[in-house]
Amino acid sequence: MAEALVKIRNVSKSYYRDSQEIPVLRNINFDIPQGEFLALMGPSGSGKTTLLNLISGIDRPSSGDLAVAGENVAQLTDGQLAKWRSEHIGLVFQFYNLLPVLTAFENVELPLMLTKLSKAERRKHVETALSIVGLADRVKHYPRQLSGGQEQRVAIARAIVSDPTLLLADEPTGDLDKQSAEDIMTLLSRLNKEFGKTIIVVTHDPRAAEKAHLIRHLNKGELT
Amino acid sequence: MVLSLIIRNALRHKLRTFLTILGVAVAVMAFGLIRTILAAWYSSVEASSPDRLVTRNAVGITSTLPLSYREQILKIDGVKQVTWANWFGGTYIDPENFFPQFAVDKDAYFEVFPEFITPPDQFEAWKNDLRGAIVGRKLADRFGWKVGDRITLIGSIYTDNWDFDIVGIYAGKDQTIDEGSMLMRWDYLDAWIKKNWPGYAAQIGWYVLKLSDPNRSTEISSAIDTQFKNSTAETRTETEKAFALSFVQMSGAILVLLKVMSFLIIGIILMVLVNTMVMAGRERTAEHAYMKSLGFRAYHLVWIISGESLLIAFLGGGLGLLLLFGVANIVKSAVAMWFPVFVVTPATFMIVICVALFVGLLAAIFPSQRVVRMKIVDGLRVVD
Repeated sequence: MAEALVKIRNVSKSYYRDSQEIPVLRNINFDIPQGEFLALMGPSGSGKTTLLNLISGIDRPSSGDLAVAGENVAQLTDGQLAKWRSEHIGLVFQFYNLLPVLTAFENVELPLMLTKLSKAERRKHVETALSIVGLADRVKHYPRQLSGGQEQRVAIARAIVSDPTLLLADEPTGDLDKQSAEDIMTLLSRLNKEFGKTIIVVTHDPRAAEKAHLIRHLNKGELT
Repeated sequence: MVLSLIIRNALRHKLRTFLTILGVAVAVMAFGLIRTILAAWYSSVEASSPDRLVTRNAVGITSTLPLSYREQILKIDGVKQVTWANWFGGTYIDPENFFPQFAVDKDAYFEVFPEFITPPDQFEAWKNDLRGAIVGRKLADRFGWKVGDRITLIGSIYTDNWDFDIVGIYAGKDQTIDEGSMLMRWDYLDAWIKKNWPGYAAQIGWYVLKLSDPNRSTEISSAIDTQFKNSTAETRTETEKAFALSFVQMSGAILVLLKVMSFLIIGIILMVLVNTMVMAGRERTAEHAYMKSLGFRAYHLVWIISGESLLIAFLGGGLGLLLLFGVANIVKSAVAMWFPVFVVTPATFMIVICVALFVGLLAAIFPSQRVVRMKIVDGLRVVD
């Protein structure tokens, strides 16, 4: 058994609306080994996106410990978290979140602007990432000139360009047709198998989840 | 890439950006025009020299001083030269054609005012012609006068028809010097007064003193006024700047209103730009949140937002300046009667640029504040 890359211990998360506490996650405990391809499933409001946000460090748990690659994410400052995310996390969202004014190449290059890589090195990384997702011939295209599936593949290239420790995808097929969804899940599976990427996918779609090695279900903030 | 992103962000909504730039430009032009009017109002103050004092009758500017004071003033330690002048107040054909006319001392006036540059032969001609007049270049252009012309003024104070020979045309040493006045010989005027109002002869309007050391102006002013204390014509001596300022301040209320208007216009520019930047910030909430999730810090985003705001402000300011130069050039001749020096000064140019950039920075505060406070999860709206 590979060593756990993500260790979640007694993690709870609540939001407050007009001073009323709304618990979203309750006492979550589980480990995700290095090289795992995990699908988190559950109905709307079950807390799966919240859990993904906590693992990615874009939100903080109300209580409990959450360690990724040996780093207790819950204890990092905002600045440390931003740096940590840029080095360890690749994020893919349902609606791609590409900047419409940047080309595919520039969108993928964006995370590398935070590194000390030279322009030539950045170019090499971007071209590699775009060729992995099969879009080497679309470098100069703007998001509006791409199909939904192609946009999501650019988003995946952007997520992997800095070679992150962990790739997190929140409903990556939620806005795509059946064939494009299949292509995206195949691509993620390939990234896991060929490049050894640890991947966590949040999805509603059982067919998308089939590509994962492990499926965990959340219901009302608890793992089932 | 950051600069490219700033430019492309600004061009996302081309019409909105264009209208914002245009709005900023028109407001900047209006602001610059008001500053130009104010600068024109204060041009005599700006053109004053620190090594010159003005001595006038303590009762007021309309009361005269005896010419005999000149020798006594000249003897005061620190006074290098003394000249004098009288307001003439004549009308050229029609009262609408107003321009300042001064009867001046032919021997020392141009020595005390070296910023009025006259060709030596024309200056000599003026000294040899009692009816001679030297006019400013802009005044000559305004009425199409040239050397050799004879003109007639109808005196409103010294009621007569006065003939003058244009013997010279002076130019200012720089663009802040008034080139819209007429200088005639004081002895021509005095000869008329001797003949018509003998009791008022050998009187002058004010003295202008050139000092050997400007730092002694307070001491010398005091010495002069003390010397003529309890005489029939007590004096009031002040720096040329204070003398010029006393005329400007007669229009104090108008000046205050103009200044208030200029600040209101800055507020308008700010509102125009803030509106655009706030809209742009709201539209890009998810993008900003995503950039934060990538590891971009709030200050990176503040740079990008501020850059866009500054770019729009700079383009608006630049276009506004071009409009300002154009409009100032067009209205210059129309206002020449009141503002002989009506130019967009380097100071106005700098103020306008600074105001535009300052407004650009201010307008970035609201969207920047929002992006700094925004939580990534809120920006992404992904709470599931």
